[in-house]
Amino acid sequence: MKLKALLLTSALALAAGPALAGKAFVTNERGNTITVIDTETWEVTDEFFAGNRPRGITASPDGTKIYVCASDDNLVRVFDSETYEELPSLPSGPDPELFIIEPSGKRLYIANEDDNLVTVTDTESRTVLAEVPVGVEPEGMGMSPDAKWVVNTSETTNMAHFISTEDYEIKHNILVDQRPRYAQYTADGTRLFVTSEIGGTVSVMDIAEDGTPTLVQKITFEVPNVQPEWLQPVGAKVTSDGTRLFVALGPSNRVAVVDAQSLEVLDYILVGQRVWQLDFTPDEKYLLTTNGNSNDITVIDVAKEEAVRSIQVGDQPWGVVTIE
Amino acid sequence: MLNRFATLFAAALLCAVTLFFTAGTAAAIDVRAAVLRVDYQVQRPISRFDEAPEDLGFAGAALADQDNNSTGSFMGHTYETIQKSAAPDAADAALDEILADGIRLIVIHAREEDVLRLADRAAEEGALVFNARAGDMAMRNEDCRANLLHTATSYAQQADAIAQFAIWKKWPRWVLISGSNPADMALADAYRRAATKFGAQIVEERTFEDTGGARRTDSGHVLVQRQLPTFMQDLPEHDVVITADETDYFAAYLTYHLWDPRPVMGSSGLRPVQMHGGHEAYGATQLQTRFEKLAGRYIKDADYNVWIALRAVGEAVTRAQTAEPDGVKDYLLSDQFELAGFKGQEVTFRDWNGQMRQQVMLYDDRVTVSVSPQEGFLHQNAVQDTLGLDRPESACTAFSN
Repeated sequence: MKLKALLLTSALALAAGPALAGKAFVTNERGNTITVIDTETWEVTDEFFAGNRPRGITASPDGTKIYVCASDDNLVRVFDSETYEELPSLPSGPDPELFIIEPSGKRLYIANEDDNLVTVTDTESRTVLAEVPVGVEPEGMGMSPDAKWVVNTSETTNMAHFISTEDYEIKHNILVDQRPRYAQYTADGTRLFVTSEIGGTVSVMDIAEDGTPTLVQKITFEVPNVQPEWLQPVGAKVTSDGTRLFVALGPSNRVAVVDAQSLEVLDYILVGQRVWQLDFTPDEKYLLTTNGNSNDITVIDVAKEEAVRSIQVGDQPWGVVTIE
Repeated sequence: MLNRFATLFAAALLCAVTLFFTAGTAAAIDVRAAVLRVDYQVQRPISRFDEAPEDLGFAGAALADQDNNSTGSFMGHTYETIQKSAAPDAADAALDEILADGIRLIVIHAREEDVLRLADRAAEEGALVFNARAGDMAMRNEDCRANLLHTATSYAQQADAIAQFAIWKKWPRWVLISGSNPADMALADAYRRAATKFGAQIVEERTFEDTGGARRTDSGHVLVQRQLPTFMQDLPEHDVVITADETDYFAAYLTYHLWDPRPVMGSSGLRPVQMHGGHEAYGATQLQTRFEKLAGRYIKDADYNVWIALRAVGEAVTRAQTAEPDGVKDYLLSDQFELAGFKGQEVTFRDWNGQMRQQVMLYDDRVTVSVSPQEGFLHQNAVQDTLGLDRPESACTAFSN
């Protein structure tokens, strides 16, 4: 019995082993590169050219491809996640900033900040399937876990637009606070968080079974001795068990830890300067933050809710994605 | 049969859509506003880069309508802004036309005395006025008006923005060169006040007399290059030269024609502005490209001031569901109001004198050199209140509520 337990443990350890040897890819907005970090040793292993003004970054669901919004090239650049070789680019519409990929990996939904559009691109045929007119300065892109809804936030219109992925029509619009930046569903799809950079809040929406959103609350932030105008919510991630929401607070150099059920702010973790975007490692043990004004990323231990290390990357890091 | 079904289905869908919009918003509101620009007989600017475009300020209104209508299209609100320009002696009649048209939300681009007179006339009809040009202090202080808000920065905000930067640089010894016209002297006053406020010393002041004359001569720069350095001779030790030239007749020439090599700030060299066409941080690139697509030129302060006044109105309509002047004013002065102005922090209004709180860009005519308030200048309420007239100093009583 004891032996069996021991065997099971080592089997688990072995199984967990390869998963740990993951990679993080960080876009450096000013440096025009991607920094690659080994998420086991936390060493920088590579840096390669990513296109002009790389911002949003994501990976194909199988982890083989890295997609990058090359904002000044007006396209999405694609890289092999093993060799870093550049693959044929995808049309994105003008000035792509952030995007989201559906779980099948087939369609990419791209916010065109300069053109008030969300562009839907087929990643296989590399063609534009649709252009959805939205509010002024589209930015944040979220997707419901069932892939039926794409949420786009528009920074000047100050709305979250709910686009049906069936017909690419906007079905709901919810007014949120100034300069909404990011939209994040919980894994069970019952809640949506939208951050507002200038408003300083996170709007919390309950999502009905048919996808209809209802604004229920706004989370506010307060840090002693920090001017409230520096608490600017940008990137956000929620743990897959739905217990914790992490919110990057921009020039306040902090990540807020929020109880995703009670919506109470529990703590603020000091990170690098001007924290933009966040991503978990696939095992959710760590949360990585990109710090645009200190040229580094901070690694947060998710269970301990503590910053454990910072890693120097390229010039003005913006986005981050991790793969196994 | 199939056809009929399709029609029925479409009708049902339409119903659902209509229901959604009714449920999601209150009643439809059609917002009508006006921009009144008073055009003065003035000398040509020193630089032809500074010629006022014909659509100065109006292009900002057109962009605001476009931006407001985007949110409005989802809310059932529409926005239309009338544009009028008039010579000073025709300004009152132009305002009366606007008021007769039923418009009660008016942005005025004019000098202080005209803004105050027009605002008083507008007050008789219950209209709310935004000042998009004048930086004078009296209209924000002892001469303030209850129906007058200011999106233009005050001379004090501009001077404090420069002063904070100079102090941050540890350049506390200033020489102040001011023009001889009343507006130049008013601006110079703001720099004296800023020096006292932030601990700089004005080691010497000189006045550059405005003797009139043409701006453009075929003889060009030769005399300027000979005369200005001698004017700047024999100054005590100083770190920086501050110019106060609201008239725009000498400061631009001074930058490189000093006796002692020093940086120049104020009306030339490093200038405090609300927005400029080269500014890209805080998402401003999108503002620039939207503006340029519409106007075919770069944005100027006047455009920004008109744009943000009308965007503030739009925000009040969106959030408070009213376009009535009193309702708009109450919302704008409340702590509910905040607006993204592409300056990194929200803009709001001071409830003691109606001045918009905002960051001030420090601009060298090509790039944003810095943005004030500077790091380290703290305030108990809002850091932007380190710029301009703060509540305890205010002599404005029209806003006491």
